[in-house]
Amino acid sequence: MAGSTLEIKDLHVEIEGKEILKGVNLTINGGEFHAVMGPNGTGKSTLASAIMGHPKYEVTKGSVLLDGEDVLEMEVDERAQAGLFLAMQYPSEISGVTNSDFLRSSINSRREEGDEIPLMQFIKKMDENLDYLEIDKDMAQRYLNDGFSGGEKKRNEILQLMMLEPAIAILDEIDSGLDIDALKVVSKGINKMRKDDFGCLIITHYQRLLNYITPDQVHVMMQGRIVKSGGPELAQRLEAEGYEWIKEELGIEDETVGQ
Amino acid sequence: MAVDTKLPYEEQYISEYSQKRNEPEWFRNIRLNAFRQSEDLPMAKANKTRIIDWNFTNFKHDVAGEPIQSYDTLPEQIRVLLGDESEAENKNLIIVRNNDVAYANLSQDLKDNGVIFEDIFTALNEHGDLVQKYFMTDGVAVDENKLTARHAALLNSGIFLYVPKNVVIKDPVQVVFWQEDDEAAVFNHVLLVAEENSEVTYVENYYSANANKESVANLVSEVFAHANAKVSYGGVDNFAAGTTTYVNRRGVADRDAQIEWALGQMNDGNTISENTTHLKGDNSICNAKSVSVGRGKQKQNFTARIVNWGKDSDGYILQHGVMKDQSSSIFDGIGKIEHGATRANAEQESRVLMLDEGARGDANPILLIDEDDVTAGHAASVGRVDPLQLYYLMSRGISQQEAERLVIHGFLDPVVREIPIETVQKQLKAVIEGKVN
Ligand SMILES: Nc1ncnc2c1ncn2[C@@H]1O[C@H](COP(=O)(O)OP(=O)(O)O)[C@@H](O)[C@H]1O
Ligand SMILES: [Mg+2]
Repeated sequence: MAGSTLEIKDLHVEIEGKEILKGVNLTINGGEFHAVMGPNGTGKSTLASAIMGHPKYEVTKGSVLLDGEDVLEMEVDERAQAGLFLAMQYPSEISGVTNSDFLRSSINSRREEGDEIPLMQFIKKMDENLDYLEIDKDMAQRYLNDGFSGGEKKRNEILQLMMLEPAIAILDEIDSGLDIDALKVVSKGINKMRKDDFGCLIITHYQRLLNYITPDQVHVMMQGRIVKSGGPELAQRLEAEGYEWIKEELGIEDETVGQ
Repeated sequence: MAVDTKLPYEEQYISEYSQKRNEPEWFRNIRLNAFRQSEDLPMAKANKTRIIDWNFTNFKHDVAGEPIQSYDTLPEQIRVLLGDESEAENKNLIIVRNNDVAYANLSQDLKDNGVIFEDIFTALNEHGDLVQKYFMTDGVAVDENKLTARHAALLNSGIFLYVPKNVVIKDPVQVVFWQEDDEAAVFNHVLLVAEENSEVTYVENYYSANANKESVANLVSEVFAHANAKVSYGGVDNFAAGTTTYVNRRGVADRDAQIEWALGQMNDGNTISENTTHLKGDNSICNAKSVSVGRGKQKQNFTARIVNWGKDSDGYILQHGVMKDQSSSIFDGIGKIEHGATRANAEQESRVLMLDEGARGDANPILLIDEDDVTAGHAASVGRVDPLQLYYLMSRGISQQEAERLVIHGFLDPVVREIPIETVQKQLKAVIEGKVN
């Protein structure tokens, strides 16, 4: 089988001393699209952030392996260089750094010194992806996310995804704040990535994104754990009936991460 | 540490030095008077900065500099300031090496138009009246403080740039001050006079490599922009850690005149910098823009001041500083509107970014207004690098060092971008790059 494998085993994560994730297990292989769904406050972003190495999140137990390598031992930049990518729910704004300089540095960080991407090749790739995502060309020269609308930021995350071509991508609420047209464009970009050597974890609390991107597996997160997994039909049922039935089935009163 | 604050020189030495430089008597007298005054005058003010143990007295005062034989013999750090060889050859350029002029070129065209661009010792003999009219009279006074007096007493290099009425100089006129000897002091004076309706862009660079040996730079610039003249003054200061710098750049703008300061304050040593402009004439304008990067253990004190005297005069201060390691800096921005300066405007913005735990920065916006019908505003911020910004950049594979480099460039870019002199923009980018790596 082509591509990389990300294995999350019994992952426990704390933030400021409070345990948020309480034993998450999940394996994503190249070629697979997984969706993690769940109401707000159930730990979805915590999972994404802990995998990428957000400075505030502390892993207290469990492991994350990428092709057998211990991700948790790596610095944030090393995780990216190893093939991980996180489209963040709230991307930072960085004034004074142009999108294009940032992307070029990012691409070159995965290449050997002396083997930097030729400028023309970079510009061509950038132009193609900007067109594909229907983003105005001048965005390349704008400062990174600085003064971007919510929708522009999301598109920019997908632009980065397409430029960087990681092995495994985690997309955290990539659909939030998008109107239907933007949602279609963003989905188009994500679907273009679909191939054997690309694995993807799509985090969302709406089902609507999954009308455009069909996941292979759907997981429901509550109380800092994955409480139910299934195929695409699980997402359909959540869309139709909401989360209540799962809570009843499992005897959960408050689905958020408790005290 | 007890520090000797008295200069190790006698009047006799000053007299002999002046004779050696063939100076006119009036100038020798300025030196001698300044020397006598210097002992009793108070030290230069440096708000919230402890300068008691800085070196102001240990240096070599009189160090010769060899003529420059060819472009290739210049160190890389200086070639960067000049552009490539053919570019350098075509410049109106003076290179001062230690205390001597080592290279000088002024185009025939500018000479024919009456432009004077020469070292101050030559100017004292050839254009003595002009120099006497402007030298430390209406700009910086000899007795402002101990350091201005020492400057006059020990001046050992200088430039006189004179642009006659209606003469517009298109390309920048550049001076490189190269403190080649690790212990050579730079007591340098720049006198720039732009007559009515003239225009000039002047760019200066200070450079030394004395990381370990001590020296002193005591620099005074006086800029006079007469009616409707336009002066763009760019400076990139890049003394190494061993040099303690006092730099006082002063402008006086007459009616409808404009002075643009574009300063890269990139010294690695302790520095007191004052940049003051007097908007004397109605409708005069000053933009004072500066960027700074502090590193190591250096301490710096920056004052940017614009004084509005003229009606409808307009002053704008913009300074951004990045502090790394254990460096610390004070940024005072002072907008002063004098009584009678109706409809004057005083704006300022100071921003400081601290990169490392031990770095310190302080921005003090000060508005002093003695007139009712005016506009004024200020913005100031002091902050640390947002760890989430670094996380975001690193999450794309960028190393921490590279992420910090991007954030620093980004923080300074809004000022660098606004600098009206392209040469200085380029130089600054190169010097900033050197300092952040
Ligand atoms: N920065 C933070 N500081 C303190 N608590 C946090 C922080 N981020 C998340 N939490 C806690 O973790 C819980 C789960 O948050 P999160 O992972 O963002 O959920 P989701 O993405 O599923 O909405 C929140 O309900 C909150 O209690
Ligand atoms: Mg979330």
